[in-house]
Amino acid sequence: MSVVFYLIAGLTVAGALAAVLLKNTVHCALALTVAFAGLALMFLELDAQFAGFAQILIYIGAVAILVVFAILLTRGSETPKDGVFSAKPLVGLVTAAGIFAVLGWAVLHSTQALPGSGGVPTPAPTVTVMQIGNALMDRYVLPLEIVALLLTAALIGAVIVAMHEKGTAR
Amino acid sequence: MIEKADQIFVLLAHWLVSFLPAGFQHPAMVLLGVVAIIATFPALFAITVLLERKGLGRMQNRYGPNRVGPYGLFQPIADGLKSLTKEDIVPFKADAVVHFLAPVLLVVVVFMGYAVLPIGRNMTLVNMDAGLLFFFAIGASTELSVFMAGWSSRNKYSLLGAMRAVAQMISYEVPMLMSSVAVVMMTGSLSLNKIVEAQNQYTHGLPHWYIFTPWGFAGFILFAIAATAETNRSPFDLPEGESELVAGYFTEYSGFKFALFFLGEYVGMMGVSGLGATLFLGGYSAPLQALNFVPSWIWFFAKIMLAMCAFIWVRGTLPRLRQDQLMNFAWKFVLPLTLLNLVVAGMWRFMGDGWLRWVVCSAILLIAYVGMGRVGMRSEHFGPRSYRYAE
Repeated sequence: MSVVFYLIAGLTVAGALAAVLLKNTVHCALALTVAFAGLALMFLELDAQFAGFAQILIYIGAVAILVVFAILLTRGSETPKDGVFSAKPLVGLVTAAGIFAVLGWAVLHSTQALPGSGGVPTPAPTVTVMQIGNALMDRYVLPLEIVALLLTAALIGAVIVAMHEKGTAR
Repeated sequence: MIEKADQIFVLLAHWLVSFLPAGFQHPAMVLLGVVAIIATFPALFAITVLLERKGLGRMQNRYGPNRVGPYGLFQPIADGLKSLTKEDIVPFKADAVVHFLAPVLLVVVVFMGYAVLPIGRNMTLVNMDAGLLFFFAIGASTELSVFMAGWSSRNKYSLLGAMRAVAQMISYEVPMLMSSVAVVMMTGSLSLNKIVEAQNQYTHGLPHWYIFTPWGFAGFILFAIAATAETNRSPFDLPEGESELVAGYFTEYSGFKFALFFLGEYVGMMGVSGLGATLFLGGYSAPLQALNFVPSWIWFFAKIMLAMCAFIWVRGTLPRLRQDQLMNFAWKFVLPLTLLNLVVAGMWRFMGDGWLRWVVCSAILLIAYVGMGRVGMRSEHFGPRSYRYAE
């Protein structure tokens, strides 16, 4: 745990907290982007270049833009009169705690699930982009194709939803 | 001697660093590289702006700036002083923090792209295994800055400009990525250094640049179109179309913040030109084997400046596109051609040496280009503009 880790972790947590606590919806989206950037830096700190850059490319370049577009196209970014906080904070708290417990449990037990390590964390292997590419084209080719098919279907669906109805005047 | 001239900056940096104690040498080396990049490219930016104002003036049959210094050569200095001393106006209703952060983010992100570009032999700041991916990931972040600028200004022209810019940048990012994927397929690496090294070979004194292959030529043209659109340059300058939107997303910026946007735009153009040169034009390698005595970094900068001249020329030549033409062009013409180019690149790889692959690959691309460009577009009826929301 180096100084860099604590800096990045602080940035990520601050961004995530700001995303929840800020009043203006666009500010929340921008704060969420800071959290995404922090996660990307965390991947880079762990020497996972591909995952880090993919995180930036997809989450900052696409998802964040999608979020702000959705906010702008649906309603104003102004705060509603009755505040942004839920009327039932206890339910949310219990849900969040449950999800955190499951994720924490999964992370703590992940070393045992790995083959051949027996609970002892092995030194991280250096993975190049070429190895990732080979794995995607070789062992994981079926999941890749399924994901591609799903995304194509989603794309066509989005186009159909957005398309003009025949006959309605423009 | 030739070797010395080629490596002059590397040797200079090592010499400077050697005065420091051993523990500080590595950070000092990195710092020197960063300072060199931050100093060089704004200087080139000043030269480019002068070139653009003079060149564009000549194309439009006027003189351009000719009052400051001999032939108006000191105009960039006057411009810089002017933008430094001008009042920085922030609109009353604007979101001050986001309004301030937008130009800063743009400039930071644009300079980060240079970290992976091989500027000369042994002159890459960070030699990453996934350098190309880094460049695109960083480039995607500029969209956010454009959105922040447009939204925080609380001005309808700003917001419209930002929406246009983001839609356009997302649309053209896809063909830009796809046209570079062909290069990655042929090289087998995402490292920009390896891509340059693969092209830095000669047969009969001629280089192995990717532009001299059918798929590389098509890829380069498609990349150039997408890069022009990515940097919001004419004929794709709808986001700042001055006849429609005042100045688009930076309407409400003045003083040095406006200068930062200007700087970000030009430095981004140079960065994307550098990437194009690296991918298709052999990066820092010389165009002829006989010219290898010229230092490698000179070739890189020459290619960048050539690309800037092309940008200026195109700006002086072509009229602005319309929004629907822009989108049609991106999704119905450029994107299918880049996808086809990927297939052709694969065929080129597996057809072996010989003249057959030249004929087959060129024929496929040419037929597709003529078919889509001439026949496909003939059936499109680009009638008068229809207004959906403002009738």
